Amino acid sequence: MAQAAVEHHGGGSEHATSTGLPSTKLAMWLFLASDCLFFGALITSYVLYRGASVQGPFPRDVFDIPYTSVSSFVLLGSSLTMVLAVAAAQRRDLGRMRIWLLATAMLGMTFVGGQVYEFTRFYNEGLSLSKNLFGSTFFVLTGFHGAHVAIGILMLLSLVSFSYADKLPEDAGFPVEMIGLYWHFVDIVWIVIFTVVYLIPTGNPGK
Amino acid sequence: MAETELSEKSQAHGAGRAHPGTKEYVRIGVILAVITAAEVATYYVQKDLGAWLRPILFSLSGLKFTLVVLWFMHLRFDSRLYSRFFLIGVCGAVTLYLIVLMTFRVFAR
Repeated sequence: MAQAAVEHHGGGSEHATSTGLPSTKLAMWLFLASDCLFFGALITSYVLYRGASVQGPFPRDVFDIPYTSVSSFVLLGSSLTMVLAVAAAQRRDLGRMRIWLLATAMLGMTFVGGQVYEFTRFYNEGLSLSKNLFGSTFFVLTGFHGAHVAIGILMLLSLVSFSYADKLPEDAGFPVEMIGLYWHFVDIVWIVIFTVVYLIPTGNPGK
Repeated sequence: MAETELSEKSQAHGAGRAHPGTKEYVRIGVILAVITAAEVATYYVQKDLGAWLRPILFSLSGLKFTLVVLWFMHLRFDSRLYSRFFLIGVCGAVTLYLIVLMTFRVFAR
């Protein structure tokens, strides 16, 4: 009975589990839960130290809110294309799945490219990892987020290449959904970062 | 027809209700874009909002977070066990780091 339940819920490729749910999906949610603590630590460090820098540049000197807002819209748009890829994969429409996966990867690359440009501009304006507490906490937090996005892009492109090589399982919806969960998580982390880091003003002279 | 197939198939991995269709996802996407636009708008009226700025921003950000988790990550439709796993992480992180921030009197600055 448990096997039957898992075959129904796990696409037949999963082993029997006591919950009747695929262990891979439970493990993914557990990983995302642990990543909440990881990013929570980085965001907390930023909040603790952002107003404590004794020398500039301060956030007010370097942040370009309209530019970062466009990046936020791009990453948000990628979440929509990702969920459409999952929906296409679940109805076994491989053509549309590839299109949406590639669109998601392209939007992700646009976001990372924008972040690289932003980092370069900040560096040219005198902000570096070791310049002040704002620089240290800002680059570590947004850098780790960017690394997560980059890993997500690699996974998306791997999915597309597996799909063209006909190496995806018959039920392609499952692996696409797992990577989708990771991608959406990266998006919700950015939702928090955009508010806490960019939109909420600090109390120091640099704002 | 495609929507029906989607619902039947997408139900498979979640052990819960059927996942929404394309139109619903696009509707949620539009709502998220509108909320983001509202967030960005607060940047231009910071002084006018005064003490309301932070509560408004945290509310908008929390709303976006919830919409993505419930609809795009399907927690609204999937087994509650997934929600519990994720909530342990989110609530644990929020509680732990709020304690840290209060210890360092960040909110009194």
